[in-house]
Amino acid sequence: MKTLIANGKIPLAKHYNEDRSVKWSVKDKLLLGLSLSEYLAQAFRNPLNWLFAVIFTFGGYVTITRFVFGLGYVTHSSYDYPWGLFLGFGLFVMVPLSASGFMLGTTVEVFGRDDFKPIERLALLNGLLGYLFAVVFLQVDLGQPWRLIYPMFVSLGPAAVLFLVAWHVATYLSVQVAELVPAFAEMMGMPKLKTFIKSMVLGLTIAGIILSTLHQGALGALFTYAPGKVHPLWYSAPFQWFHFFVSSVFAGLSMLIVVSTICKKTMAWRCDRNFLDNLDKLTLGLAKGATLALITYVVIKIIAIAHDGDWGYLASGWGQWYLLEMGAGVILPMILFTVSIRNNLPGLARFAAFIAVLGIALNRLNTALFTFNWKMYQEIPHWREVMICITVYSLYIVTYRFVLYRLPILYTWKKDEEAAS
Amino acid sequence: MKAMNRRKFLKGSLLGGVAASVVSKSKNANASASFGGYPDAMGVLVDLTRCVGCRSCEAACNKEQGLPAPAKPFDDLSVLDHKRRTSEGAYTVVNQYEITGQDHPLFRKIQCNHCNEPACLTSCFVNAYTKTPEGAVIYDPTVCVGCRTCMVACPFYIPAYSYSSVLNPVIKKCIFCYDTRLKFGRPPACVEACPREVLTFGKRKDLIKIGNKRIANHSDLYEDHIYGENEVGGTSWMYLSSAPFEEVGFDTHLGTQPILSYVKEFLTVVPMVLTIWPALFAGFHLLATRKDKQKKEEKSEI
Repeated sequence: MKTLIANGKIPLAKHYNEDRSVKWSVKDKLLLGLSLSEYLAQAFRNPLNWLFAVIFTFGGYVTITRFVFGLGYVTHSSYDYPWGLFLGFGLFVMVPLSASGFMLGTTVEVFGRDDFKPIERLALLNGLLGYLFAVVFLQVDLGQPWRLIYPMFVSLGPAAVLFLVAWHVATYLSVQVAELVPAFAEMMGMPKLKTFIKSMVLGLTIAGIILSTLHQGALGALFTYAPGKVHPLWYSAPFQWFHFFVSSVFAGLSMLIVVSTICKKTMAWRCDRNFLDNLDKLTLGLAKGATLALITYVVIKIIAIAHDGDWGYLASGWGQWYLLEMGAGVILPMILFTVSIRNNLPGLARFAAFIAVLGIALNRLNTALFTFNWKMYQEIPHWREVMICITVYSLYIVTYRFVLYRLPILYTWKKDEEAAS
Repeated sequence: MKAMNRRKFLKGSLLGGVAASVVSKSKNANASASFGGYPDAMGVLVDLTRCVGCRSCEAACNKEQGLPAPAKPFDDLSVLDHKRRTSEGAYTVVNQYEITGQDHPLFRKIQCNHCNEPACLTSCFVNAYTKTPEGAVIYDPTVCVGCRTCMVACPFYIPAYSYSSVLNPVIKKCIFCYDTRLKFGRPPACVEACPREVLTFGKRKDLIKIGNKRIANHSDLYEDHIYGENEVGGTSWMYLSSAPFEEVGFDTHLGTQPILSYVKEFLTVVPMVLTIWPALFAGFHLLATRKDKQKKEEKSEI
């Protein structure tokens, strides 16, 4: 793409061409204003696409075998570890990293911080796609995925935590789609649709806060069903939901910093000045929010240990693992964030965000897999399970990139021509 | 939220005598922490001191439930060399435990304990589980989505899943022979098959009396505890042992609270968030944007 821009191609960002003689068709918009051969040529030039091709060929095959031969073929069919990587990674890691949508929605729409607008849409998209692919992971894991709607319409178990998760994730997905409709409407030239959504944006955002608070917390509360199975250091009946909720706040913000960094590095051609010029300042702004959440998280984690009387466990091997997770995954990024804010170092904040993302992934995997059944043996996932996870995650990245290239997320759609039509 | 309602519901029923009969039939009532179990629930008392590990119960269960033939026949006792758990092909298994200070091993039969307040039932988001008034925890495979939360929730590691099935994988576990026997007042197949009277079938409250009597009469033989009388809110299947329970593979750290009580702390948060958040955040919005509004108004006045 860089080469094409050097040759005078301008990435498509408006309804008409330069001299206003041609209105771009949907096909032009999809091909970024390139001809089909140009588009394919630039896709083939990208080495990342070749890596994806290998992953999809092999991993796609393995994923199909899951649906042809059943879960028993791709996992170890463990009765003791009913949840493996599909949920441990796909659901419990993806969802907190997608909390950015409601965080930035709240910042901009509820608190009126319009200075965060350049990154709001990226946050919303990060949320939407994260949830969407968490559901894809769930569909791979469910024994009978075609019954996904049963808890909604066929047989209801409203007292179960998972019931709340199912309803909230489904509702929140629709809320997030609605929140991103304006971007789609701009690109497709449907101003009325955009106005309609804009008229209810506050309601949507507050709905997003409620749904996110509850289902982020509910994912933690799911583990309160297993008091003897999750290690006490990762388990706290009264605080579990709060741990998961608070950690999702800095997880979402850190993920947004990471994603925006990747966008800036790999697709600067698609970002406009509004995004690029503000990014350093916004990164530090996000870092501030993340630091506050990190401090809250550390405090509530200590309170939980004190409340449950788990101090003794800290001296055990599991305790050292716990201290490593807290030290490297929470306290280290907290310190780095603070240093970066004080000294105005957005680069350091990006590094800290990357560590925080890994830290939160470790926390969720610890809760769901590593310390689960801590009195028993350790389950090692089947290689096919790992392969499917890599495949679905690659699909997530490809989808993410596809949308970012096209919808006005990182750039602003040029409005002036709308009047002409 | 739901659980709170039920609790109130039950409290009300204690006051109103007539209402009590209606509530006890309420399907949801068994999810409340103040629910001590159905009054006429049946159960089984397992006396480990009598078991010789012949595996007759396993064979009877296999036949009654139409399960696939095992790799090794039921009279092959070499399977006792390894610890086993319930699986999609075996709803009950017998394990052998060497006891320090005793010249003979103890054998322990494992199956669903049919909790008074089952964790599997309370964790199920499609209501596939039912605790019947007869005491059985039964399962409806036609609504199961296959999330396997019940397997995570069960403190006894009982529910198994037929992972090998592609089109219709379901939870597999002991259902107290509900469909074929318990419903008609008959004991489950394993109880009938036992040659040593290890298993005593009866009303749960009577079994507790029997258990206490045995302990009192032979205090030198038995541990002074009926496992399952109070564990996780009480179970329909209960155990007597001559060795400390942790030495026979029992989890003695489960506590007496039903699993649901650990989840309730979150469930009570739900209605608060649902009702308080909208007003709170709408208020924040008004506060945060009031200066912008004032500016706008000032501008329009000018």
